[in-house]
Amino acid sequence: MSTVTLAAPLGVADQGGRLAGRLTAALSDTVDVAGRNLRTLLRTPQALVFATIQPMIFVLLFRYAFGGAIQVPGVNYVDYLMPGVFAQSVAFGAIGTAVGLSADLRSGILVRFRTLPMARVAVLGGRTLADLVRNLAVVAVMVGVGFAVGFRTTSGAGLLAALALVVAFAYAASWAFTALGLRVSDPEAAQAAGVPVVFLLVFTSSAFVPLRSMPGWLQAIGSHQPVNALVTAERALVLGGPAAGDVLISLAWSAGILIVFGLLAARTYARMGR
Amino acid sequence: MSDAAIEADGLRKAFGQVTALDGLSLRAPAGSVLGLLGPNGSGKTTTVSILSTALRPDAGHAVVHGLDVVADAARVRQVIGFAGQFAAVDPNLTGRENLTLIGRLSRVGRRQARVRAAELLDAFGLSEAADRLVRTYSGGMRRRLDLAAALLHRPPVLFLDEPTTGLDPESRLGLWDSVRDLARSGTTVLLTTQYLDEADALADQIVIIESGRVADTGTPAQLKGRFGTVVFSLGFGTAADAETASRALAAAGYQPERSGTGLRIRSDSGSGALAAVVRALEDRAPDPVSVAVREPTLDDVFLTLTGTGQHVSTSQGGKAA
Repeated sequence: MSTVTLAAPLGVADQGGRLAGRLTAALSDTVDVAGRNLRTLLRTPQALVFATIQPMIFVLLFRYAFGGAIQVPGVNYVDYLMPGVFAQSVAFGAIGTAVGLSADLRSGILVRFRTLPMARVAVLGGRTLADLVRNLAVVAVMVGVGFAVGFRTTSGAGLLAALALVVAFAYAASWAFTALGLRVSDPEAAQAAGVPVVFLLVFTSSAFVPLRSMPGWLQAIGSHQPVNALVTAERALVLGGPAAGDVLISLAWSAGILIVFGLLAARTYARMGR
Repeated sequence: MSDAAIEADGLRKAFGQVTALDGLSLRAPAGSVLGLLGPNGSGKTTTVSILSTALRPDAGHAVVHGLDVVADAARVRQVIGFAGQFAAVDPNLTGRENLTLIGRLSRVGRRQARVRAAELLDAFGLSEAADRLVRTYSGGMRRRLDLAAALLHRPPVLFLDEPTTGLDPESRLGLWDSVRDLARSGTTVLLTTQYLDEADALADQIVIIESGRVADTGTPAQLKGRFGTVVFSLGFGTAADAETASRALAAAGYQPERSGTGLRIRSDSGSGALAAVVRALEDRAPDPVSVAVREPTLDDVFLTLTGTGQHVSTSQGGKAA
């Protein structure tokens, strides 16, 4: 057991050092935490299945079961559908952020992290970075699924821009669910709190059906929320036509969500030890 | 600066309406093992959390390895190891991955993290399981891994919150050995426990806490000497013999308690008083067929200070200590 300790702790660069050094260290910690979260994700297949199979089922349902009954003038329904599915898959995936974080809270691993000389920002930064990687993978899979069921676009650049909007929204949403996950130390509760919110946002938006088909009061709600803004901007980019205004609205939503919930999450995390 | 590796003064902490710490002070000399003993909810975990910078005190201050736990929290984290009440290891990583992650987050450097991980896996008997996912580990293995994780950066001060709760007896003894080895190599250890035998076995100094305050402090021997009571149990062939002996002892100034063929006599002056008890019986009562001496345990201390005041040894008579 002589290897267990020595008189002096292993050398740690003084944290009072230069800003650049501290930033590098914080970034390295963030990547380490993200790596850990991605490994965890790969080793809990049910989480991956939830993230990919579930939106696939939506694609099949709406493409083949319900799609025939939904009339969208001037466009193939599958081309209308896929931008909605991209938004829906990352919106549901964001719940995973809250679930994972609340599991860490319950296991005590966040308490250990607070006693390590690591950068504090890395715990939340690493979690959201890992979820960003996961979302990129999920979106890539869904694009493949879309093409397989007949989705086509005339503008490759438009599609890439639309996917960039989706990923930006996904990153912002994972901060919103970070703020939620930090407040419930129970993964089941995080899931239960997240699902209705996401369901409401997705199904009151034009993700699957045109807003015009909804009653007026619902249209009013549906046209003023982030998922609808994202889907609208995506369609403008993918289907062609003027897109700049819709893109700006969606980016504004994502930026707003990121700032508000990012600060909220950071404050909640900072206060956990108070 | 004194030679104390851990020094806390007047720590207070409340969670909403609940007072967890109500002016707690303690001190552990460098290289010693301090046992923090108390029932559930007495403030043990809160104390350890504050000293290991996971929690801020509302008032009071604490110094670890010469560094203030609030003002110098970032530097305190470089010199402490912490293992919480539940093994905080990631079930979906292997043992080795867990340790290298903690090593890198402890900023020991990429290569050093790998080297230390291998050393510690070996030292804690986890080499064979090193590349298995932790979710396949037993409770004892998880605890050992958790302790190893706390030691990655060779911290001179170690905090262990109920390190053996939930472990089987063998794993428990193994963990005790590890703590002893650490103390021998100069590490200052603060451990909390609700097990009196654990504090007795490991701690140089014990702080008993109750309701967020220090109820008493001393070495295990001092505490037992101060509060412990030796109990003599004498067994007789028949109840009548026991009754005769009981009367003889009462005449000599003792307060024996009879139950069936047995007698119990409590002594506050140590086990040496047995000779006097036996002499008091000489020629006045039949010889006992069995004699047993129960040395004081920390249970006596503990219950006297924190419990209902009921002595274990006299529970039958329900007498207050």
